[in-house]
Amino acid sequence: MSQRTTIPFGPQHPVFPEPIQLRLILEDERVVEALPAIGYVHRGLEKLAEQKDFQQDVFLIERICGICSFMHAMNYCQGIEQLLGLAVPERAKYLRLIWAELHRMHSHLLFLALLADSFGFENLFMQTLRCREEILDLMEITAGNRIMLTTCCIGGVRKDITPDQLKRIGTGLDRAQASLGELGGAFAKDYTIQRRLKGIGVLTREKAHELGAVGPVAKASGLAMDLRQTGYAPYPELGFTPITETNGDAYARMMVRLRELDQSAELIRAAIGRLPDTPLSVPFKGNPTGEVAARIEQSRGELLFFIKANGSKNLERFRARTPTFANLAPLLHMLPGCELADVPVIVVSIDPCISCTER
Amino acid sequence: MLQQFGLKKSPWVVHFNCNSCNGCDIELLACLSPLYDLERFGVIHVGNPKHADVLLVTGSVNHRNARVLKNVYDQMPEPKAIVAVGVCASTGGIFRDCYNVLGGIEEVVPVDVFVPGCPARPEAVIDGIVRAAEKLELRRRGQPVSRPSLVPETHEPTPNPAAPPETVPATLASPAAPVAAPAELAKTP
Repeated sequence: MSQRTTIPFGPQHPVFPEPIQLRLILEDERVVEALPAIGYVHRGLEKLAEQKDFQQDVFLIERICGICSFMHAMNYCQGIEQLLGLAVPERAKYLRLIWAELHRMHSHLLFLALLADSFGFENLFMQTLRCREEILDLMEITAGNRIMLTTCCIGGVRKDITPDQLKRIGTGLDRAQASLGELGGAFAKDYTIQRRLKGIGVLTREKAHELGAVGPVAKASGLAMDLRQTGYAPYPELGFTPITETNGDAYARMMVRLRELDQSAELIRAAIGRLPDTPLSVPFKGNPTGEVAARIEQSRGELLFFIKANGSKNLERFRARTPTFANLAPLLHMLPGCELADVPVIVVSIDPCISCTER
Repeated sequence: MLQQFGLKKSPWVVHFNCNSCNGCDIELLACLSPLYDLERFGVIHVGNPKHADVLLVTGSVNHRNARVLKNVYDQMPEPKAIVAVGVCASTGGIFRDCYNVLGGIEEVVPVDVFVPGCPARPEAVIDGIVRAAEKLELRRRGQPVSRPSLVPETHEPTPNPAAPPETVPATLASPAAPVAAPAELAKTP
């Protein structure tokens, strides 16, 4: 007769870069139930967004999450532009795409590093972080900061990328992809990694659809859902098609991100090749009125902002629904039945961003 | 003899994410990367606060994690040093006016080094850790260690002769007491 034990997993745990607590109910070594306890990173950002000016909000909303910050600002700006009826210049759209894809690349590389760390492969963790520095260099060269770019503004972008910098992006991507080729081989073929990831945390296609999984979690289960297909930026012109895997386990989720890295690099190259020569932003007057639900494909999945404005300079309501929130339900479905030692791998495999989720 | 060199030459750090947006956390990870290589200063990143000499805190304090931060701090053995990484950990930063944010981590634990930046750059974080290691060494010898104070910036440049020279957070003494923001920090817009 086995005995049930409850293990508090977090909020301060070596595997988690962020505080979230999972109360794991175990029967011997096997997880029977997982209950999340959240609220450690709740700041109250949505309320603060209503108190600040809608133009100041760009900087605030960029800081919902430091990992995919540019995409938060981009989504917010696109929502406000829709309310104001602004037509963003083509060059601004392409520059936004370039920065957004650079952010996706550094976010996915961070995921790969943390995944390697979660099963104790320290060498791979270090090498992946070394590769990630190439991408961060590109962001620093083009925007002046490594993480918080703050280049997106309502009506366009506030900074241009010069031809020299575009050339530098090309060489930087070459170097990153070269080291990624070596790392990718290790991630995809290493015996230890396969043993730790294959068949772990399986989410079937039906369950993924039923529980509302988004982003790479859904794509790893065979659902070709990617908001970049909706064409909010010039993705269709660059020939974008979502990457999918079929197995739905932790290995498939890793492979989706690994392949998306190359795809993002190709998208950036294609965008640089077709960069149109137009002004960077359009001027606008007045305050936004009305309601809008702005959506964007963030590195972890669908990011939805609901913005309600009433013609004053303050927003009436701002609401953010981030991809990790959508992926928590699939995570709690994956955990029961797994071994305790696999819990870190499964949790990291959905690439949780608690700071986004709790705002 | 070994202990004498250990603290200054090889401080072990533990990282606690209080209320951060992840920006500073990933810059801390970047410090560990081969490019910045924090280990050349002998710094080892550990997961257990009981093994650590230096506590790196990112993000501000809120109602829920103040107790957790205090617990992590109390579990560390003496001598210890605290580094507030980024403006959120120092003062609350852009989130200072949020309803759930109490302010910088100084509300709960005494801070030895403030690292500026949003997010703090890896170079700045490394500098902060090296300075914290110097303070650790002073503390091990039993010498007095000064604590930095964050004087809120005022727009009137008139000097105030009555200002206290250095403030030591009073909230440390009583863990059960509710954490209240100091008046001068909370009132300044």
